[in-house]
Amino acid sequence: MKKITTLLILAITLFTCNEDNTIISPKVNFTFNHHWNNAEINNDNLQTTTVTNANGEAINIDRFRYLTSRFELTNTNNETYTFDGYKFTDLAIADTYNFSPENNAIPSGTYTLKFVWGFNETDNIDGAYPDLNTASWNWPEMLGGGYHFLQFDGMYNVDTTDASPFNFHNGTARVSEGVFEQNFAEIAFETPILINSDTVINIDMNIAELFTNPNIWDLNVLDTPLMPNYDAQKMMQQNIMSIFNLGEITQ
Amino acid sequence: MKNWFIFTLFVVIISGCSSETTTQEEDYIPIPYQLEIPTLFAEKLIDPRIPINNKLTVEGVTLGKRLFFDNILSVDGTKACASCHLPQNAFSDPNQFSQGVTTTLGTRNSMPLFNLAWNFDDKYFWDGHALGLENQALEPVIDTNELGNDSWEPVEAKLNNHEQYPKLFEQAFGTSVITKQLVAKAIAQFERTLISGNSKFDKFSNGEIALTPQEQNGLNIFMSEDKGDCFHCHGNPNNPLWTDNQFHNNGLDATFSDLGLGLISGNPNDNGKFRSPSLRNLAYTAPYMHDGRFATLEEVIEHYSTGLQDSDTIDTLMKKVNQGGVQLTTEDKADLKAFLLTLSDPTFINNPDFIQQ
Repeated sequence: MKKITTLLILAITLFTCNEDNTIISPKVNFTFNHHWNNAEINNDNLQTTTVTNANGEAINIDRFRYLTSRFELTNTNNETYTFDGYKFTDLAIADTYNFSPENNAIPSGTYTLKFVWGFNETDNIDGAYPDLNTASWNWPEMLGGGYHFLQFDGMYNVDTTDASPFNFHNGTARVSEGVFEQNFAEIAFETPILINSDTVINIDMNIAELFTNPNIWDLNVLDTPLMPNYDAQKMMQQNIMSIFNLGEITQ
Repeated sequence: MKNWFIFTLFVVIISGCSSETTTQEEDYIPIPYQLEIPTLFAEKLIDPRIPINNKLTVEGVTLGKRLFFDNILSVDGTKACASCHLPQNAFSDPNQFSQGVTTTLGTRNSMPLFNLAWNFDDKYFWDGHALGLENQALEPVIDTNELGNDSWEPVEAKLNNHEQYPKLFEQAFGTSVITKQLVAKAIAQFERTLISGNSKFDKFSNGEIALTPQEQNGLNIFMSEDKGDCFHCHGNPNNPLWTDNQFHNNGLDATFSDLGLGLISGNPNDNGKFRSPSLRNLAYTAPYMHDGRFATLEEVIEHYSTGLQDSDTIDTLMKKVNQGGVQLTTEDKADLKAFLLTLSDPTFINNPDFIQQ
């Protein structure tokens, strides 16, 4: 009787202290990998690698930060699971390459992935996100407010005596004074992703594509300032559509 | 029997879930200190960073304030922290270089002290070499040209033999044995209470007052990428710290007599980089830049407008370096200055909690 009582107490104590007794579903995490064509770009070589864009300018990268949000997985029954939070990536900080949504457990199944470049109109609320405010990630109110989607700073023509800075910043597009156009992009992959245990979805970004497709970018013409330049903002939005590829799926 | 069983279960469950079983009472429990966080900061910024091993207490903050203003920390009893971090100057020094206990001047301008709990990378000094405010506070005491002690031992001895300090440390930290670590903790606690969030612009952000047309135009210049483009490094209305607390080469020199961050990191790409100071309280913190080279705000604005010097590590946000700067008009420069002055907070420099009574 004494042993049974002890066991009963132990069992009840353990169950009482454990808040989560649900059946565990596979957890999904994301890892972003960054390249310039075939060369990996990371926190170690970000500021020491010289790359060449499609227009032929030699470039040194100084700073590369970007925002993605609304990660969604849709299964074959057309059920969509939207992960909370957003991902602010700074290539100078390797820890930011990974994204582990707080609520990231989903049923096993076959899914396709979609996410938003930047914030969509609903989410791009001026000053609403303290962590992004603290990172000075805001987009000026006079340009529509909200947040940067991309800050890519560097020098071009570094192989000449006429090197110049560029500031390839992307966010809401200003049409005219007081008139703005949303400028986010929906990134969707058709490749099915089988998830039946904890999974890491790798996403590869080819930074070179920002200057390549469909608009060959001439930094000699469009270097800075680009934030108030409507045409430049829309060209960036077009080029962003081809920078991501689905990478390795590991379980 | 049944009731007894349920009662036992209850006790066991409660005990099992509790992580603490402390039974001993401390002789004196310091009172937790509540930071007065401005509404705007609470809305716009993530929570201030308070180290878990140095939580603020009323006794700790009071002790830190006393130490901050006490000459006992200097080798000859003539200088305190406050000698070079004057409250009326937003805890900076109006002199280009500070004079400590010797006649030898320092080589950098004394940094102002406020809103330090929102410096999330927790790197201090112009070159960021001190990680944590507590570590920062350890250095000036044993800097030959600041408070001038050879080591902390004689300072600890003076404090331990003091009539009042052992009791004050006992109340703040539960021990009357005074160490340099506890001194630094107390000073850091006081410094974290130095919050400035009541400028004219803060009131504007809170909807209490309006800006003048000149100030509003100055804000527009500040926020325009094709004009001042100050906001990428110095905050914005949604980042009321008015600094990114990051390190930049802002084009002061073509060659460097002071390597700044580069000397600390050993990375040549960091040469000439210094921490962005907050633009709050500029009315009280002249002279400007890490070496205090500019006596006036006009000189600072002129630097960014026409005085940029190119170098290998100049920040790429200094986009107009090839033209010498952003080429503001005379009117733009005046408007920008008018806006910048709205970031000064007279209640901060007159706050009795921050001034020696």
